Amino acid sequence: MTPAFNLRTLVTVVLIAALLLLPLYTGLSGNRFLLTLFTRIVILALAAVSLNLILGYGGMMSFGHAAYLGIGGYSVGILAHEGISSGFVQWPVALASSALFALVIGALSGRARGVYFIMITLAFAQMAYYLFAGLARYGGDDGLTIYKRSQFVAPIDLSNKTQFYYICLALLFGAMYLVWRIVNSRFGMVIQGARSNDTRMGAIGFPTYRYRLVCFVIAGTLCGLSGALLANHTDFVSPSIMYWTRSGDLIIMVILGGMGTPFGPLIGAVALLALEEVLSGVTEYWQIILGPLLLLVVLFARGGIEGVLTQADAKVRS
Amino acid sequence: MNLFIEQCLNGLQFGLMLFLLAAGLTLVLGIMDMVNLAHGSLYMIGAYFAATFAAWTGSFVVGVVLALGATLLVGMAVEVVVMRRLYGRDHLDHVLATFGLILFFDETVRLIWGPAGLSLPLPAWLSQPVQILPGVNYSAYRLAMIVVTLMVAAFLYVLVMRTRIGMLIRAGASNREMVGALGVNIKLLYTLVFGLGAALAGLAGLMQAPILTVQIGMGENIVILAFVITVIGGIGSIRGALVAALFVGFIDTLGRSYFPDVLRMMFSKDVASTAAPALSSMLIYLLMAIVLVAKPEGLFSAGNR
Repeated sequence: MTPAFNLRTLVTVVLIAALLLLPLYTGLSGNRFLLTLFTRIVILALAAVSLNLILGYGGMMSFGHAAYLGIGGYSVGILAHEGISSGFVQWPVALASSALFALVIGALSGRARGVYFIMITLAFAQMAYYLFAGLARYGGDDGLTIYKRSQFVAPIDLSNKTQFYYICLALLFGAMYLVWRIVNSRFGMVIQGARSNDTRMGAIGFPTYRYRLVCFVIAGTLCGLSGALLANHTDFVSPSIMYWTRSGDLIIMVILGGMGTPFGPLIGAVALLALEEVLSGVTEYWQIILGPLLLLVVLFARGGIEGVLTQADAKVRS
Repeated sequence: MNLFIEQCLNGLQFGLMLFLLAAGLTLVLGIMDMVNLAHGSLYMIGAYFAATFAAWTGSFVVGVVLALGATLLVGMAVEVVVMRRLYGRDHLDHVLATFGLILFFDETVRLIWGPAGLSLPLPAWLSQPVQILPGVNYSAYRLAMIVVTLMVAAFLYVLVMRTRIGMLIRAGASNREMVGALGVNIKLLYTLVFGLGAALAGLAGLMQAPILTVQIGMGENIVILAFVITVIGGIGSIRGALVAALFVGFIDTLGRSYFPDVLRMMFSKDVASTAAPALSSMLIYLLMAIVLVAKPEGLFSAGNR
């Protein structure tokens, strides 16, 4: 960290300032769509931040992270469908059920490595997908419309778009702070040590399996929160939010922004979703541009956007 | 009873079709250590090629043969242009890059063939039912699929176990550096293996084409099934892929046809008809989870990783 001016800090500061001031702009210009888009970006950035904790810092290549989006979302959706719309019930249930699901998956797949870990997490996410697709009472494949957003006490009103945006943004920043604190704690050091060399950490005397499991559960819980927000944002939840391509989207956000960096997932989420929006405005066939673009990032921009910015800074200094 | 025999044959046919997909995946994963999510795109492309070529030439068989060759070429081109640069990289890089390829292929197909699906009509001699046992009729096309896939499986067995190329492939799966050090042109070998995998995926796709519609994204669901099979069977093991594919094929088909009846005994008709397909799909992933928890390297692991 150099205290002097550098590109990486500049981009981060500008991005955060822009996110904070966005409702001001949309309020003045009357561009409600932009606010809706960025609420979605902020919510998915929260999911990417949680994935980054296990993927970037823990080295656990989970390909089933979207499952928690679905579980968080369905916790809100099902409770709302059954007439319980209090957020004080819905949100804790969303967090607890995501944590429980992560605990089971993490415990069962904790010993698998490499491709096997990717595939076992994917398998559990697909199981969750089909489970919810099979719930006829809650819409099955077609999904579940949520007629009433989570209810909180008087001043908090999730139906107010600006307020909802700021709540999501506050939760995102809170989650980023939490992850930063975790990563720099003793616990986080053990997790990162286990990523580099699991055997050696075990030899020093750390029960790495348990450490990794706790990390996995924290990430799952945070992503469940993102799912609860997403359900409130779209007023709808369907199994497709936990399909494997959605897990792929989250991985893309993390890698595109910069894996294992505090701001990478946020930058990646903004970059990917904003790019999708811009490209889809340019041409109907926007994926034909996005696909090769991702390839180029993998081939030539290792470390994602954060990596590129850091390299550019290093070049300027030398 | 007749229905049961028919469902067993359907399970066999579906399992063998999955084997074609999984065989290519397991070779690529075992030898190049490459996670190729875009394998499903090759499956889709095979189906699109077959539908197009069959319409152009007016002959089902010629269309199929041309489509196989074309898919092989596409696969080899993908290897040379993209995959080659990714060997030795992190699996996450593979996931991201091949995810990009999926987007690219889906959109290219949409650009060329349009968003509506295609169909691949069967010739008359394949579309009648044949009598396989006294009183038991079965679709001639599905029977032909079983025969063709069995022949392909036998061909693969001979290729991998009895020829020089197969020997190199097996050697590559257990120790790539050593094979390269012994003077084998490993680049060409990789391109060929990838092309072979692509052609197998294309074959699976074009064989499914007359049964399902040829549409964008048709490979996305099934490629995950193929990965499940690869992992259950043990990465790099063709024999494991065959066993696991048959397992999955039977579970899926029999689950779909008999689960609704079982559920109907316990729940109302509506609940059963929504829940049954979902539950039988879950069964497969449950099987994989059980196998991986019990044997974290799959049933027949070939490599020493």
